[in-house]
Order: sequence, then C-alpha cells, then structure tokens
Amino acid sequence: MIARAFKYTRASSVEEALRLLREEGDVKLIAGGQSLLPLMKLRLAMPQRIVDIGRLAALRGVRREGERIVVGALTTHAAVAQNPLLREVVPLLSQAAGEIGDMQVRNRGTIGGSLVHGDGAADLAAAVLALDATLEVTTADGSSSRPAAGFFLGPMLTALPQGAVLTAVSFPEPPDGARQVYRKVAHPASGYAVVGVAALLAMGPDGTVRHARVAVTGAGQAPFRASAAEATLLGRKPTPDLVAEAASHAGDGVEFAGDLYASAEYRRRLTEVHVRRAITDLV
Amino acid sequence: MPLIGVPHKRVEDPRLITGRGRYTDDVRLPGMLHAAILRSPRAHARIEAIDVAAARSAAGVVAVYTGRDIAGKVGPIPTAWLPPDSDIKATAHPALATDTVRYAGDGVALVVAESAAAARDALDLIRVSYEPLPAVVEQADAMREGAPLVHADAPGNIAFHWKAGQVSDAVFSGAEVVVRHTFRQQRLIPNPMEPRAAVAQYDRATGDLTLWATSQNPHIHRVLLSGVLGIPEHRLRVVSVDVGGGFGAKIACYPDEALTAFAAMSLGRPVKWTETRTEHFLATTHGRDMVIDVELAGRREGTLEAIRVRNIANMGAYLSTAAPGVPTILFGLIVTGAYTFEHAAVDVYGIFTNTTPTDAYRGAGRPEATYLVERMVDLFAREIGMDPIEVRRKNLVRPEAFPYPSALGLSYDSGNYQRALEQALATVDYLGLRREQAALRGHGRYIGIGCSSYVEISGLGPSEVAGAVGFQGGLWESANIRVHPSGKVTVFTGGSPHGQGEETTFAQIVADRFGIPIADVEVVHGDTARIAMGWGTYGSRTTAVGGSAIAVAADRVIDKGRKIAAHMLEAAEDDVEFAQGTYQVRGAPERSETFQAVTLQAYLAWNLPEGLEPSLEAAAYYNPSNFTFPFGTHVAVVEVDPETGDVKLLRYVAVDDCGTVINPMIAEGQVHGGIVQGIGQALWEGAIYSAEGQLLTGSLLDYPMPKARFFPTFETAFTETPAPHNPLGAKGIGETGTIAATPAIINAVVDALQPFGVGDLAMPLWPERVLQAIEAGRDGR
Repeated sequence: MIARAFKYTRASSVEEALRLLREEGDVKLIAGGQSLLPLMKLRLAMPQRIVDIGRLAALRGVRREGERIVVGALTTHAAVAQNPLLREVVPLLSQAAGEIGDMQVRNRGTIGGSLVHGDGAADLAAAVLALDATLEVTTADGSSSRPAAGFFLGPMLTALPQGAVLTAVSFPEPPDGARQVYRKVAHPASGYAVVGVAALLAMGPDGTVRHARVAVTGAGQAPFRASAAEATLLGRKPTPDLVAEAASHAGDGVEFAGDLYASAEYRRRLTEVHVRRAITDLV
Repeated sequence: MPLIGVPHKRVEDPRLITGRGRYTDDVRLPGMLHAAILRSPRAHARIEAIDVAAARSAAGVVAVYTGRDIAGKVGPIPTAWLPPDSDIKATAHPALATDTVRYAGDGVALVVAESAAAARDALDLIRVSYEPLPAVVEQADAMREGAPLVHADAPGNIAFHWKAGQVSDAVFSGAEVVVRHTFRQQRLIPNPMEPRAAVAQYDRATGDLTLWATSQNPHIHRVLLSGVLGIPEHRLRVVSVDVGGGFGAKIACYPDEALTAFAAMSLGRPVKWTETRTEHFLATTHGRDMVIDVELAGRREGTLEAIRVRNIANMGAYLSTAAPGVPTILFGLIVTGAYTFEHAAVDVYGIFTNTTPTDAYRGAGRPEATYLVERMVDLFAREIGMDPIEVRRKNLVRPEAFPYPSALGLSYDSGNYQRALEQALATVDYLGLRREQAALRGHGRYIGIGCSSYVEISGLGPSEVAGAVGFQGGLWESANIRVHPSGKVTVFTGGSPHGQGEETTFAQIVADRFGIPIADVEVVHGDTARIAMGWGTYGSRTTAVGGSAIAVAADRVIDKGRKIAAHMLEAAEDDVEFAQGTYQVRGAPERSETFQAVTLQAYLAWNLPEGLEPSLEAAAYYNPSNFTFPFGTHVAVVEVDPETGDVKLLRYVAVDDCGTVINPMIAEGQVHGGIVQGIGQALWEGAIYSAEGQLLTGSLLDYPMPKARFFPTFETAFTETPAPHNPLGAKGIGETGTIAATPAIINAVVDALQPFGVGDLAMPLWPERVLQAIEAGRDGR
C-alpha cells in the first residue's frame, strides 16, 4: 500500500492553497487525509501534488457568530463530537460525527474534508442537510456561501467549484424547542452508513409539526432530503399513523443504491423503517 | 505457592503493547532490498508473454524475475498432508506461474528494488499478456461434466476423495426419523493483525541463510523451504519470534517467503517482503468453504442413531501445506460431536477451483463438523417436537463412558459434558428465558436461545496417528530447560506461540514446579537456531503437548537436583523431598537446601555424587498417547428485529472445559477471541467471488471483520476435567470458542424465528437475508 510519488506543499494560507490549485492541474488538498490517503495508497488517486492545509489555524475551531454557529473546516470529527456548544445547539451533528469510522479516523478526519469528499454514505452529509447548514467557500474570486441543500450531487460528486477551498460550515440556531437525532445502520466492514437518518422536528403550541427536516445518507446515490416525508408532517399532529405515512414517503423519487451487503430494495426498506423510528424518537 | 491456575498477567504484553515487539517487518538490515510481487488479476489465464524490460530499467530496481528466471532455482511449494487412500493429486504450487495462472492473486513476477516504493512502482511497469481461460469458482460447478479443468491431471477437478466409517442403508431405511439437510460453510478470510512478511539474509561466506518469517511453525518451514530452495537444512535458520496472530494462515509454506530467500541468495543482499492487506486477501490462504450434505437417523423418543455426511470442500487452485487434512481428518472424524451415535460415515471430496487456496483457519475442520451436528440436533429436535436441550441431555456421552470409543474410531479421553451443559443453562436461566420469549412474542418481539454442546479434537497429536493419517511430520513436541548457575531458567520450546501467551503459561508451569518466581523463567520460542526441533503451534496443541514436554523436562531437572541435594545433605535420595523450591530430608525440615543452592553446586561441581555430570539442564521430547478432547456448552441469546432482519446479541454464555487451566485469564482471553471469530462467521464474514473468479470482498471495507463494539460482555466459566494421559491434564483452549459459537448463534436466530417457520438460514446472517426469511415466513402463513 504505497502511493505513487507526489509533491507535497504545506500551505501557509488559504491564498497560497488557492494559488497552487490554480497553477497546477493535478493537485489535491489534504487536511486529515482520512479519505484521500487510502485512495492514494490503493493508487485510485494519483495526484501530482498534494497541498496540506491541515495546519491553517484560521480554519479550525467552533465559534458563535451572531445567530449562527460556525465550525471551521479543519475541525476534527472528535472535536465536533465533543464540543459543548455544538452538543447543546446542534447535537445531531455531534452525534453523527461521533459515529464516523473509528477513534483514529475521528481524531484525524475533518468536517470539511468529509463534506467535500462527497462520499454518498458520509454521516455528516445527512447532518448538514437536516440542519440547513451553509458551506463557506473561498475561490480566487472571493468568498461565498452555499446551502448544504443541493451540494451533494452524486457518488463522490459535490457542487464545490473547481479550485475552491471549503473554509467553514455554519449552522443557524434550530427553531425553539426543536429536537434532533441521528440514527445510523453502519456497514459492518466499512463503518459507513448503509442508511443514516438525520431528523429534526419542532412542534407548535397546538401540537402540530411546525418545522421538519429529514435527511438520509448511505441509501441513495447521494445524501438527500426526504422532502415528501417532511411535507407530510408539516402542520399536522404526528400520530403514529402520520409518522408511518411520512416515513413511507421518505424514498419518494429516490434512486436507491445497492451493493453486496444491502440491495437497493433493502435500503429503501431500511430508510422507511429508520425514518419512522427517528421521527418517533422525536415526538 | 502454586502457580497453576493463577491469572498471572502476560509477561509478553509490556513488550508488545508498548511497540517494542520485534515482528518480521521490524527487521532492518544494512543494505537491505525490498521485494514486491506482481499478482495475476485474472482467475484463470494462459500467460502469453511477460515484458519486464521497463521494470528492469526503472530507477531503484535491482532485479526482476519471472517464473522462467527462477526455473530450477526455486522449486514448487509442496503439500505436506497427504491423507492415505484418497487418490490425492498434490499438484505443487509453482513459486511463480510460468504458463498458467490459476487464481486471482497467483504470483507472476518478482521485483527487487532499493526501496519498497521503487519495487511497488515497478510492478506497474510490467506488461503481462494473458489469454483468458474459463474459470470455475464454486465446487459444485467444478464437479460438473465439462467444467473447465484447473489442473489437466485432476479430472473432474477432484483433488482427493476420502472416506471414513460405514453406515448401512438399512439403518436409514429402518429409522423412525430421518432428517436431511445441506449446509454451506462459507469461505472465510483469516485476517491476523500482522500481515505475512519475510526478511532473508544470506551469508555467502558460510552459505548460511537466515529467514525471518511470519510462521506458526518455523521448523516445518525450515524443512520445507530447504527442499524448495535446495539449501541444506542445517544452513537454514528460520526466525519467527514475535508473530502477530496466525489463526492457521501462517501454518502454510507460501511461494513469497521462498522468493524472498531466493532473491537474497542470488543478489547477496538482505531482502524484505511484506504483503499489503490487499495482497493478504488474495494470496494468503482462506478457510472453510464446504458444502455439506447430512442425513441423521434417530428415534421418536429422541435417541440419535446414525449420521452420514458428504462434504464437498473447495480447496482453491492448489493444495496448500496442511489443507487436505482439514476437510478429512480434522473434520471427518468428529462429525458425531459429543453424542453417542452408533453409526457414522463420512465421504469427502476435495475440489480444485480458480480461487485462493484454502487451508486451516482457527478450528480447521472442527468448526464445520460441530456446526453440522449442532444444527442437525436442533433440526431433529424440531422434527420430533422435543426441546433441543432435551435431545442433548438424552444423547451426550455420559461421564462414566470415558474413555469413549466414538463411532469414527476416536477415543474421547475424558469429560463431563452434562456438567458443562447444566452450568451454562443455569447461568442463562434457560426456563426463565423460554418464558420471557413466549411473553415477548406476544408483543411482536422475537428473542431466540441457541445452544451448542461441542467436543473437539485438539492437542495434536500422537505422532503415530499423524503418520497414519498422512501428516508429513511428527506431532510430538520438544522442551529444553536450562537452569543457569544463579538459579534463573531458560526454557526452549518447540511450540511457536504467536499471540497465545505461552511465554507466560510456560513460565508458570516451570516456576510452579521449581518453586521460583515467574520472573526467573524466560521462555524462548520461534527460532530454529536456538531450539533443536519443534512442530509449532496449531490445533490447540501447544500447552497440551509442548507444555507437557516442559513438565517432563522440569521433572527431570528436579530429579537430577535431588541427587545433588541428597549428596549435599548426606541423605538417601529417596528421603529427599522437593517442594516450594526446597529440597528437604523427609521429616527433618532443618536439613534442607534451596533450589538455587543445589543449582550452584551443579555448576561448581566441587562436590557432586560420584558419576554425576555437572550442569543442570534437561530435555524432553513428548509424544502424546492420544489427542485431547476439550468440550463445553455455549448458549447465545439474540433478538431479531422483524422489520429489518437485524440480529442483536443479548447474552453469550460459554462454559468450557479444557482440562486443567494453567492461567485462567489467558484461557478466558482465548475463549473471547474464539467466540468473536465464531460469531464473525455466523453474522458477518464471508468471501464473495464473482463468477469470473474476482474476489469482491477483497478489503477490510467490504469484508466485515468482527469488532469489539459488536459484542455484549461474554459470560465465561470453566469446568475442569483433566486430560488423563498427559502430565498437566491440559487439553487446549485456542479454538473452542470458534468451534462452539457459530452454531450457537444460528440455532438462536432460527429459534427466534420459529413463529415465521424459519428452519435454516445461510451464513453470514446479513440482515437482508434474515429479513427475506421472515418475509417468506409471513407470506407462507
């Protein structure tokens, strides 16, 4: 398991990283290396140069900025799992981060690295979708914000522009009284989600659902929002029958993924069961 | 103070867990080169041409060899277990394929370079043109008329055909109840934490070759490799001190270690080769892979009468070192399990396919045999409407029947199978669980209770039997105990522990007998230059056989010491007792000498009895008179999620009897590891090949190895029924968990799914498969 020879540069700033991305064609950014290095060792990825942004302190850490919580792209999964502010405000994010891989992976892997890698079974993808996160992206033309919704396009495919650096992920405060959960069925070998369901629910004073987010990872070609399930819940009382009905719509319009371990049909089934159980946990 | 039965912490652990172990890959020698092996991507193909020119001229590359380059220099790798009367086609494995590749992973070329990276890069520069040949993957397909032949000289792809026992058809035609079933033992891939590796150093001045290698049996590797390499046995030293697990996969002699040695000899520089995990999946032996038809005859009132077994075993593309012994001797002779079957017969075919060769994997034949008999007992119980526990109670060999002659000719040495069964049932509260199960079913929850009452053959074994069953070696073990002048002790054992903790267990045996601290005893293993001879560690033999050799040698040391002490004490030898490290004249405690004082006198030799030679050292070569037969009962409690098919382990109780327990903590650790691997087969593990012979589960991302978080806390206990025929009374504990756990889990899951009419489930129980069985049951009602 030895990677093809490559050049290595440790970037001292985001600007330097952007410049290297622009100047050379076959460059990959590396942060924690938990996704890229295995691919390089298997020679499935053979970049000419890797640019290490892993030590850019400005991209690390969790802070509150006004109404939003900002998580630097280099914040490790372990830090996300343990951070008191995140555990209080967006516990489902911490929960999802705590479910990733194993301790070594969580100590090295970063939230930004996981999101831009775009694995269709990444735990954090479901979390950022359910939490209406915004991805802060910097390119040579400047910085911009992109909603998590619409970011995950397909297997290993995201909407991150060529030559861009994801610098942070920010989260709005969830609605008052919102409850959230992440449920995961892990593949027994890889630990990736066969199905991972992130759900967030806020109730109105009349006992009807005021706000609902359900996002699913692992099951489809890319992580997705179960919009039909959300719509079924909105404005109604979440009786067991309604929750079951909502869950039955979780896979509407979704092309499910199948592999040796779990067929597409089984993933559809698991999605329905675990969406129902996740929402039931919250009501 | 007695040290047998004391849970002493493992003395090897501080070294191993602080990273100070010296594994093969840790060996770094001046001027060392690195080897890499190009492996066939195809399962079956003719090699039309190999172009190594670009690789040879690449930066850092020292040499590139193909099969033609090594012809006459590295011989094929032989098979070392040839069951008699089986018409065996022991097609030796060429170290590098020349004309034909027979499995994906078969070696095609060897690159040696200044760095591991340069060697790896050069693999990409070798161009091989293959003419694809049709491949055959499943044993049933390989036996079909007109199937592609893996070896031209093995018609029908039959590598061997072996039989044992006889049951007349009348027994079955006249039986009250006959149950028939086919079981699939899926192929497993052993994954020790340490991959295979070799470092070879050749001394051109003396002709000595030193080979550090990941071996469970360095002396066997020495004798086989001396033949393969054409180097005199006394010029070859094999070193395998710290080995990071083997589970059977490091018994075999492989082409790769031979190639590494050859490169070192021909280049005159040390060479290292370490397999990648990807290579490990392809090129290190796999386990199990058998299709087993069983017929069981019994009576309505619950008596088991006869069992007939036909096993079609997938051997892969070549017969690996010990492979033919696995589905024959180690499987076939124990299919009657712990029960008093009057009649038994076994019929085994070993079949060549275009897959990685199979060989021993923890339990090696005995898990497969135990699985079928434990599953059949449950199926029989259901057929006659009896609790499966009652069937076991009725048919287990009774304590007074030992030594028990089994229908297949073994002599079970000792046991109290009922005690282990009843203790396990009491621990789980069997009747309480049955009540809970009934109550939960009313709420749509499905728990199941599964039992496995096993007996295994271990402590391999009498050398005469080894010869009779075609094992090309002896199965005795050596020990040499050297007491140094200060009374410290070095023990040299022919066993080759690679994680099992015998540096501790063996030190306990010696310290216990000599009455000295454990810290005063060093155990040396795994080096053919330091240990005269040994047969290694496998088949749960190391403590029963190697430990017994040590006990015999220790007693010889004590006896010689007694002569010296008697002389020092001016007493008759018969009047001198030895206890707790002191020689003492019987009835006169003031007249005594310590072990250390006697030892010193042995070396000073100022005043020895007439005719007694100086020094204090003894050797023993212990050849057991029988196998040992560990046994026990495991009970699993599971809950199945009827909506997802997910199996949750609620409880796992293991009551094992491995005879005298030397170190209960280490024994318990062995049980834990065994259970984990046994449950691994039941629930998660399984190799999958495509029809073309591509391994689809070729990495740890696809092949689910069990992880600690998958398990509840195991509830383990031991009963102790000593082996009557060895000086320790020890039987062996390394494989019991693997043997017992798999059927216990499947019995439990099938039990949970009784309301859905599920009779059997194919392993591994991936949830989708379980759900399909549940749905089929729902549809059927």
